[in-house]
Amino acid sequence: MKFDTQAGPNPIDRLKVVGHATDRIDGKYKTTGTAPYAYERHDVAPDAAYGYVLGSSIAKGRVRSIDTASARQAPGVIAIVTTLDTPRVERGVMNVAYLFGGDVIQHYHQAVAVVVAETFEQARAASFLVKVDYAPEAGVFDLAAAAKDAEPVPADSGEGSGGSGEERVGDFEAAFAQAPVTLDASYRTADESHAMMEPHATVAAWDGEKVTLWTSNQMIGWGHGSLAKMLNLPKDKVRLDAPYVGGGFGGKLFVRADAVLAALAAKAAGRPVKVALTRPLIANNTTHRPATIQRVRIGATQDGTITAIAHESTSGNLPDGDPETAVNQTKFLYAGKNRLTAMKLARLDLPEGNAMRAPGEAPGLAVLEVAMDEMAEKLGLDPVEFRIRNDTQVVPTKPDLRFSQRDLVGCLKLGVERFGWAKRNPKPGQVRDGQWLVGLGMAAAFRDNMVMKSGARVRLDASGTVTVETDMTDIGTGSYTIIAQTAAEMMGVPLNRVVVRLGDSDFPVSSGSGGQFGANSSTAGVYAACVKLRESIAQKLGFNATDAVFEDGEVRAGNRAIPLAQAAAEGELVAEDTIEFGDFSKTQQVSTFGAHFVEVAVDVYTAEVRVRRMLAVCAAGRILNPKSARSQVIGGMVMGTGAALMEELAVDTKRGFFANHDLAGYEVPVHADIQHQEVIFLDETDPMSSPMKAKGVGELGISGIAAAVANAIYNATGIRVRDYPITLDKLIDRMPDAA
Amino acid sequence: MKSFTYERPGSPAEAAAAVARTPEAKFIAGGTNLLDLMKLQIETPRHLVDVNGLGLDTVEPTEEGGLRIGALVRNTDLAAHPRVRTDYGVLARALLAGASGQLRNKATTAGNLLQRTRCPYFYDTAQACNKRQPGSGCSALDGVSRQLAVIGGSEACIATHPGDMAVAMRVLDATVETIDAAGAARTIPIAEFHRLPGDEPSRDTNLEPGELITAVMLPKPVAGTHIYRKVRDRASYAYALVSVAAILGKDGSGHVAFGGVAHKPWRVEAAETDLPKGAKAVTEQVFAGAKPTHENAYKLKLAERTLGAALNQARA
Repeated sequence: MKFDTQAGPNPIDRLKVVGHATDRIDGKYKTTGTAPYAYERHDVAPDAAYGYVLGSSIAKGRVRSIDTASARQAPGVIAIVTTLDTPRVERGVMNVAYLFGGDVIQHYHQAVAVVVAETFEQARAASFLVKVDYAPEAGVFDLAAAAKDAEPVPADSGEGSGGSGEERVGDFEAAFAQAPVTLDASYRTADESHAMMEPHATVAAWDGEKVTLWTSNQMIGWGHGSLAKMLNLPKDKVRLDAPYVGGGFGGKLFVRADAVLAALAAKAAGRPVKVALTRPLIANNTTHRPATIQRVRIGATQDGTITAIAHESTSGNLPDGDPETAVNQTKFLYAGKNRLTAMKLARLDLPEGNAMRAPGEAPGLAVLEVAMDEMAEKLGLDPVEFRIRNDTQVVPTKPDLRFSQRDLVGCLKLGVERFGWAKRNPKPGQVRDGQWLVGLGMAAAFRDNMVMKSGARVRLDASGTVTVETDMTDIGTGSYTIIAQTAAEMMGVPLNRVVVRLGDSDFPVSSGSGGQFGANSSTAGVYAACVKLRESIAQKLGFNATDAVFEDGEVRAGNRAIPLAQAAAEGELVAEDTIEFGDFSKTQQVSTFGAHFVEVAVDVYTAEVRVRRMLAVCAAGRILNPKSARSQVIGGMVMGTGAALMEELAVDTKRGFFANHDLAGYEVPVHADIQHQEVIFLDETDPMSSPMKAKGVGELGISGIAAAVANAIYNATGIRVRDYPITLDKLIDRMPDAA
Repeated sequence: MKSFTYERPGSPAEAAAAVARTPEAKFIAGGTNLLDLMKLQIETPRHLVDVNGLGLDTVEPTEEGGLRIGALVRNTDLAAHPRVRTDYGVLARALLAGASGQLRNKATTAGNLLQRTRCPYFYDTAQACNKRQPGSGCSALDGVSRQLAVIGGSEACIATHPGDMAVAMRVLDATVETIDAAGAARTIPIAEFHRLPGDEPSRDTNLEPGELITAVMLPKPVAGTHIYRKVRDRASYAYALVSVAAILGKDGSGHVAFGGVAHKPWRVEAAETDLPKGAKAVTEQVFAGAKPTHENAYKLKLAERTLGAALNQARA
């Protein structure tokens, strides 16, 4: 099905199942420990041996030699595969660093060997006996120092909203020079780790020349093609299966070392092998959100009309790596006739920087929305009012391009009312509650709404059960449930008549999970397949497909009503289709919007920050399942609070690695950090997005929230920190006298 | 984890003798720290002597009006003990500020005293660390040091003792009771129990090889407001950046020890007479001679202000 015209009325609009707050259909398996995650696939590979990955202890250089003699003698050892035994493995989709093979070390903890043994403990113990001789080389590890030599980024770079390196409208410099009120400030965001609960993990088993990988991956289609290339096999000789994924956040968009090494190790061992990356490897062996240094300049008239806005960002990466696209939202969010956005990329020898939840927008809005707060104060305007005055219904860099829907102002106004924003004292540092300084802050949220081609297969059997098969993944987001809701709505059956099977590369290729495109795209694919299945059912039962109503387990038209199951009485009916988004989707700008409001309390003595309450108001099209959508938004708010207050991969700029490489050192928020969260969804449908009229929310929640926290800290204390995370050491010297 | 042998001795003296006579042997109690370190081969004992079955798990009043806490009393039980809650609030609060409920259920009084540093370079076996591998150097000195010691460190090591319980015990003037391989008992004042790193950072304490902690003795209670104020980057389940264990009167007089700042709980008794004058007067003396790195200099101001918070609480 081609999505080439605005969606009209369709069966989803009935909202008998879609749009209702629905418990996860897979929830019972997860809460009872019966949902099989990759490392636990004893059902398919009961005899799997254990692979343990050895990471490089240098950040850059070459491997001279690897001595495995004593490791091979260790108890239980079955096989050892080293990087010197293996030709350099090709890179898969979106890989920047090479994952294995050859003697070149590009970053710390790059895999140099996998040791296979009967037990995990034996493999780990033997890995300590592998002696690697390195020839280290000097590297560049300090973004601040390397930024001086950073090169402008020429073209469309990075996952995320896309966009060019430097973009100009009007004459920014002249307008900024003439503006009566201006801001020019620089900011820093930190390297961050996805820190998902389930580590990267794979069980690999060979059957002759065919390999199956039970793995943890967000994008089965990409992974399938990538692994075929990396293992030098035709695609039909590779199968991936990932029915359950314990979090990804962008860290599992692509194939990582666990999958490659499990496949190579299983071949060497002659039996199935399972490999999980240990927690200490995740920071430096996999990918992270790169740190940025950003500069924002805003010029405005006295009444708060922006006349000039510039946003520049510098980040670092390995050779062939992309920048963090932190300036993108600045092209879309606020009006202003004269504009400049630009990115630079420094060459660093740290581990690979790549996509993490809302790449671009998360660190970009963390800065832009603080700059807006600073500018509002200079103008003497309420920060909400300043944003409303600069709202736009067209893309500011392309005035002919309208937003399909944009109710940022509605989000802001509803948030003001529900949060009690009027109680905010605009003068910072004034509100005291016992030992606490209390402040309110807000920020706008923006995240583009990408769409991806997505396929599905739908079956109807003689019992009336509808089965959906697609390689879509559920990374904790709720895909199982919204796909079941979609099929139930389309086929007119209750939710418990639908079976959903996900994550298998034998199923039709879906959008996968990433860039908050998964929910809308994958359900639209299921919609397309269901339209086809309805046609063959109607034909089978002698109905005109356009007249037939699928409802209450029956197909009805006129005064005829026939049980749905009857269509499959002589044999299962199967339909498959793919939703494809063409140029039509680009005739309007389809984006998601929101407003964040935060109350923080800052300990007047110690400068510890605690979030008392937060509210997000979201305008993101039709909300397919308000329950799981809420979970997505509050999860994003928690993650963004982590970025605001504590999350930072600490760079050892001398040795070239992230030193705090476990979850004791890399802290993420705990429940006690955030006392109350609330989410409101505006009642919207967007017929430009897909037949589902839905958009993504998985990344909207994290977009802007860090700035709202930072602005609340400023309102509480009067201290403006432009260097994330805002840990207490950055406040303590400037805290007011406590007594 | 390297292969190891394992035994369960019948008495504390047998346990001490077993560790003393076996090369590379260690005691194991709750295992909440040791097992993690063994998995990463930071600790590589060849033999484990399991002391869990030795009793040593009761809290008894002493004739002097204090408490004798068995080495194997779990953190959860100690924090919940009525006498501890009533008379040693600083200790109960310190215990509850540490780790998580699950870990406190398992962790023991003696084991808590012996927990090892959380310096990132101690934890990464590819990095130089004199504490883990004597003579290899110290990567932390010019590395990531935000969490590390500001005082009492050396050119060989700037690690901190990561615990909370020991800081409270330091302000309570606890003593550690031990037994050695010959069956001889001795007591070590808590002030002399943990060491400064000096040129031998691999030794965290002054225990002799094979010497087993059997109990911690608390003197009779000290009146005043018992405060344990732990400052960290998130609200729970994190190590202290700075902590203050204090017993203070309404006029501010009393006693104070600091955690998160040194290789041992940090207390300078001579400075305590100035507590009524306010935090700054005390911390200037307590931290005289501090040598912070550029990353952790904030701890000095933070220690002063955290003590200020404690004084404010006591005066309220």
